[in-house]
Amino acid sequence: MGTDTYTQDSHTAEETGKQLWEGGKSPFGTSYGKLMMWYFLLSDAFTFAGFLIAYGALRFSVPTWPLPDVVFSTAPFGLEHKPLIFVTIMTFVLILSSVTMVRAVQEGHKENRRGVVKWMILTIVGGLSFLSCQAWEWTNLIKNEHMSLTTDPFGTHVYDGVYLNDDGTDAKKEDGTIDAFTAGHTYLIHKHDGEWHKRKFRITEGDLKGQIAQESFGPKAFGALFFFITGFHGFHVFSGVCFLTIIMLNAAGGLYNKRKNGYEMVEKIGLYWHFVDLVWVFVFLVFYLL
Amino acid sequence: MSLSYEEAKKVVFKGMIILGVVTLMEVSIALLGNGHMIPGFHLHKWIMYPAMILLSMYKAYFIVYEFMHMRYEKRTLAISVLVPTMLLIWAIIAFLQEGNDWNNRRQYIELVSSEGYKKEMLEKENKLPDAGTIKVEEAGAKENDASSH
Repeated sequence: MGTDTYTQDSHTAEETGKQLWEGGKSPFGTSYGKLMMWYFLLSDAFTFAGFLIAYGALRFSVPTWPLPDVVFSTAPFGLEHKPLIFVTIMTFVLILSSVTMVRAVQEGHKENRRGVVKWMILTIVGGLSFLSCQAWEWTNLIKNEHMSLTTDPFGTHVYDGVYLNDDGTDAKKEDGTIDAFTAGHTYLIHKHDGEWHKRKFRITEGDLKGQIAQESFGPKAFGALFFFITGFHGFHVFSGVCFLTIIMLNAAGGLYNKRKNGYEMVEKIGLYWHFVDLVWVFVFLVFYLL
Repeated sequence: MSLSYEEAKKVVFKGMIILGVVTLMEVSIALLGNGHMIPGFHLHKWIMYPAMILLSMYKAYFIVYEFMHMRYEKRTLAISVLVPTMLLIWAIIAFLQEGNDWNNRRQYIELVSSEGYKKEMLEKENKLPDAGTIKVEEAGAKENDASSH
């Protein structure tokens, strides 16, 4: 790596398109290592795109899909029915860790060892915070809401209706009003002592008006898609934290001060770390917003 | 081409504000559109979804061009990395269309296998002059015979 001659400063001269490809220098004006990091990220982008497009195809293939603002409405410290708040905080954590990473790269250009180490430690803290948030989110979904790879307890109503008590009378909410719902409303089927409690309801509109029905599970693929896609992203964050730690320790030991290409390793892990943030932009859009 | 250290520091601060504000806008659109902010007020999907997708695309553009420094790289590098992602436009259109078709077929199969639909079809068949031998009551037992006619 020390023999790289195409660092960022070496392509300041204006070259015509023809001269670029005459050989003897990188037509991309960047080092081999950085170019290959870009191509790795491109291939990784296709992997994630494949996952998210599979999510889209499966979502389009069923009549209803659970609403994200109902599924993701719990936050730590007993907060409930606070749609999307926790996942917004997670997004901010990842943005902040991206910002500290940019600062680390900039200090690397100045060959400022202490600056690089400081900002990289903050980036690692950001990555670990994100992972902790995700661990809490998964625990809540698995243990409290009983979502699994094959069972989605979040169903969605297709008709307007009214919930019924066990004796067949209309159920009342706590404030005394009738417990009615409209089509498109997402509900959570609770599980007590290993038994699913599917509430009964009476349909109040359409061809089936007056019929009694029971809550049913949501689309089977939902849990698997959620755990695999956010899990794959979380795995990227975890590997990123590992590599950041290694490179931070190398930087702290003064390894990059001795190298001809200086702190380029910090730039490369920086590219990877921003990519993790970039993927989260789309995971956030597809899973939590749409 | 490259920014000075002081200019670059300003871009970082600006980036943090932009990404934060755009994220807040996205979440507000989602909450407002789904009726969580103003009781009884909803936004139509065709307003919400394009707005949120465009804002996300802007975030992606900002991360790649400023944070990942694509703006300051050679055009050749930008082209060789960004142009292949255009294939995804085809993939998104093709697979969402495919998913939609699975949904239509699934509903069609549910419809033709429902009891009401079978009865209706058999009754129609009974009205034909030479099909008077099949009775609706027997249809359930003779399901396989009937469908092969």
